[in-house]
Amino acid sequence: MRTLPVFRRQKPEVFNTAKTKDANYSSQWRLIYLRFKKHKLARASLVILALLYAAAIFAQFIAPYGLQSYDSKYVNAPPMGLKLIDADGKFHFKPFVYGLKSERDPETMRKIFVADTDKRYPIQFFVKGEEYKFLGLIPTSLHLMGVEEPGRIFLLGTDGMGRDMFSRIVLGSQVSLSIPLVGVGISFIIGLFIGGISGYFGGWLDSAIQRLIEIIRSFPTLPLWMALSAAIPPRIPVVTMYLYIVIIFAFIGWTDLARVVRGKFIALKNEDYVIAAKIAGVSDAKIIIKHLLPGFISYLVVATTLAIPGMILAETAMSFLGLGIRSPATSWGVLLQEAQKIENVALYPWKLFPLGIVILTVLTYNFLGDGLRDAADPYKK
Amino acid sequence: MTTQAARTEQPLLSVQDLKIRIETDNGVMQAVDGVDFNIYKGKTLGLVGESGCGKSLTSRSIISINPKECETTGSAVYHSESEKALHNLDLLSLPPTGKRIRSIRGRKIAMIFQEPMTAFSPMYTIGNQIMEAILIHRTKDKKKAKKIALEMLAKVGISDQEKRFDQYPHEFSGGMRQRAMISMALSCNPELLIADEPTTALDVTIQAQVLELMRELQKELGMAILLVTHDLGIIAKMCDEVAVMYLGKIVEQAPVKEIFYNPKHPYTKGLLKSMPRLGGNKSKRLDSIEGAVPMPIGLPPMCGFYDRCKDRIEGVCNTKAVPKTHISDQHSVRCFLYEDQSEGESQ
Amino acid sequence: MLQYIIKRILLVIPVVILISFIVFYIIQLPPGDYVSSYSAKMSAAGEVMTQAEMDEMRANLGLDRPVYEQYFVWMKKIILHGDFGFSFNFNKPVIDVVGQYIVLTLVVSLVTMLFQYAVAIPIGIYTAVKQYSAGDYFFSGLSFIGMATPNFLLAIILMYLSYNWFGDPLLGLFSSEYVNAPWSMAKVFDLMKHMIIPVIVIGLSSTADLVRIMRGQMLDELNKPSVVTARAKGLSEMSILFKYPTRAALNPIVSTLGWSLSSIFTGATITAIVLNLPIQGPVMYNALLGQDMYLAGSWLLFMALLTVIGTLISDILLAWLDPKIRTEFRGN
Repeated sequence: MRTLPVFRRQKPEVFNTAKTKDANYSSQWRLIYLRFKKHKLARASLVILALLYAAAIFAQFIAPYGLQSYDSKYVNAPPMGLKLIDADGKFHFKPFVYGLKSERDPETMRKIFVADTDKRYPIQFFVKGEEYKFLGLIPTSLHLMGVEEPGRIFLLGTDGMGRDMFSRIVLGSQVSLSIPLVGVGISFIIGLFIGGISGYFGGWLDSAIQRLIEIIRSFPTLPLWMALSAAIPPRIPVVTMYLYIVIIFAFIGWTDLARVVRGKFIALKNEDYVIAAKIAGVSDAKIIIKHLLPGFISYLVVATTLAIPGMILAETAMSFLGLGIRSPATSWGVLLQEAQKIENVALYPWKLFPLGIVILTVLTYNFLGDGLRDAADPYKK
Repeated sequence: MTTQAARTEQPLLSVQDLKIRIETDNGVMQAVDGVDFNIYKGKTLGLVGESGCGKSLTSRSIISINPKECETTGSAVYHSESEKALHNLDLLSLPPTGKRIRSIRGRKIAMIFQEPMTAFSPMYTIGNQIMEAILIHRTKDKKKAKKIALEMLAKVGISDQEKRFDQYPHEFSGGMRQRAMISMALSCNPELLIADEPTTALDVTIQAQVLELMRELQKELGMAILLVTHDLGIIAKMCDEVAVMYLGKIVEQAPVKEIFYNPKHPYTKGLLKSMPRLGGNKSKRLDSIEGAVPMPIGLPPMCGFYDRCKDRIEGVCNTKAVPKTHISDQHSVRCFLYEDQSEGESQ
Repeated sequence: MLQYIIKRILLVIPVVILISFIVFYIIQLPPGDYVSSYSAKMSAAGEVMTQAEMDEMRANLGLDRPVYEQYFVWMKKIILHGDFGFSFNFNKPVIDVVGQYIVLTLVVSLVTMLFQYAVAIPIGIYTAVKQYSAGDYFFSGLSFIGMATPNFLLAIILMYLSYNWFGDPLLGLFSSEYVNAPWSMAKVFDLMKHMIIPVIVIGLSSTADLVRIMRGQMLDELNKPSVVTARAKGLSEMSILFKYPTRAALNPIVSTLGWSLSSIFTGATITAIVLNLPIQGPVMYNALLGQDMYLAGSWLLFMALLTVIGTLISDILLAWLDPKIRTEFRGN
């Protein structure tokens, strides 16, 4: 008996109404974009991250105070609320803060700060403040906001040395947000290179590289980090220290990416269309660039994005322990060192603000990565 | 061919006005849209159509095993002569995870699937998975259940059953797996077997063997079969009656000879033309049906085949829903071309 | 099967040798050695060591020899005598220091591991079965936050809360009255009470991770045709759930066993420093900072070994769980 399939079996996506028709014939990147657009959480995360990075780039401008500027009069001052309505119920068009005066808690005799409703400082925009170099190039002293002397503006309170928490968080974000990017960037390059070699050449080279990766992954990450960080000499310039840490992170982080690259490389190498290209006489280089890379570059972007949160947490942890970024440079982990003591958290809970921003960043990166992962696989339901 | 006498007999299963809606990102999909058919004891009804026409959903909805996203309405009245509790019972009215429908699944109505590799779990032995149904419906005694399972394996032509019983699905060949699947489905002597593309994943010689096996077992056990397929060759070999589905609707329904020698609907005709025939003109290209099936989302009331139909009547076919027309007592069609030949009843 | 296990074990040996190399290299990396950090400590205390004294101390400790020689001496002693060297800080053999902390370290790690599987697997199943329900959103949200919170800071917050609610920050693993007390029911109970926070803190991020893996796996498995087959046989939803999707979804979870051990050590190290737990974390930290090289090296080696063994076990378990691999060795 003869039973040939007589119907054309097609993916249902192909028969579609006019509205989505263009989606079926668009390029891979457009498909990813279209699917990504549907992922609301990922889109919102992208916006938040963009804002965070913009703040980091313009940190010196946004922060009212410099990294080291302190005022011993205001040690452990609580956050000041931005207000529009004063104590008498009068509305002010310009937001303002009250001055602080210190009192003693009648029970514990501890020094506390209360708002001084007699002194009202309206927020001023584009004020002159500490000198800095805008984008590291143009010397200027313009700051986004500030209040008139002798007033102070501590939006998120101050630390144990009387330094403005808000300014330090914004300035610290330059380190905390860039280290993972640079670290992942370097891991990406190493991973692509080594994973590519491993997947492309195969054989003994592949086995050797796989063993090496296995070994690196056998170390519990944090003790390895600790060991390597302990090897960073003390009292070195900030830039060198930054480089050391980035290199340590990249050194440990590349193995994951190399595995992804290798796996994809091997899977794609045996795809029919790649074999077809080979049979047709297409050169190796062209096969890699035209057929292999587009096949997994989206997976790599996803894997890279998902690797960032881990690096942020690691940097925070290392700096928190004093093994990462060290004073005078600052990062969110350094800022959290003050939260190490339980009394500090109990008495000055605003010292946990950096924690909030760490969680926000890590969450948004995770959501972004998830959204990208879903988008990178346009045919997956 | 079914006789007039068979028509007056009470059907084993009577499906009326079955509709299945699925919520998707792009809107509500009317996957099955008002399907009626009857299945009689010992007979085979073929449900034929392209992939995505709703034939699988239709067959699965009878025992309520569609995913919960599927919103099913209509009725599927089951009438078992042997069991009082199953006289005129509407299966669709039963809660889909409840005890009553579960006591029917596997015992009265069994099902075999297209892909015997994925239909078995790779985690457990074939024997374990066959025994499962027996242990639920026939006996609590594991030894007895194993004996029944071994008998069933022998019945479907698997040799060396004792050894095969303890093997895993990956140790079976495709044809063997489908045999095991059939033995599992028939282990509780069902009255109705739903076969969803039972041979699509098999190669041609194995296909013939498996179909032959199904026919033999049908004769022996006297069960009815609902055969879902896209392959008219299988329909011709296996079925007593055929329902042709297109875009969620049955467009033509008739005894098997009627369909092959006197097709009415342009879609059925197209299907038959696109089928290779023994002794046909070898130099001639097979016909194919132009165009593609539209997505059943937000479609206006009109003939779903309109865009692809060679005989369409503009202003008629694309303006209203197509009623069912009875060409003869057993032959019905949904097409405006035959509306005047109607013997009265239309809906 | 046995053949497979032997092959896997043999593959581990070169890995272990290389690991020991790297470990020794890493502990050599920090500038200076134990003698220089010791003399710095001494001079801080007011005693200045002369160069001759330092050289003599180096010679005594064998630190004046080339690195590779030190490595071979260390390795030879480990292999021949089980001697891991001498801890300068503790002034006793490394093996004794390890012995002192190993029991509690393993107890905390294993309890954490049990905790994370016991919590993550049921939640993973629940959130997959009830996808898009309020419970799913709740647990998924929680696991996202769990993954995003640095665990050492969670430790501080929990400590603060327990201090607020119970008047005891539950620092350490024992209340002061039990630290040196002999083992008794009360001491075990006290230990259990103190372990709540560390276990939650150490286990949280991996638990969150596991919940997400389990949920994803379950969602895949729940839509498999074999589940539909089981349903068509008349099985109840509950028996289907546990027999088919759960069983299949556990496979990748088992394969994470080895890494899970590694991540527990990682989490435990830093949490232990914050919570002041008498386990290996703080010891290791101080050994690294104080150039107590043999102690630090032994710990690193030990942990890497445990991870390798964990991976080995999960590979073997995975092979044993997978009928395809298992039947290959059945030898028909």
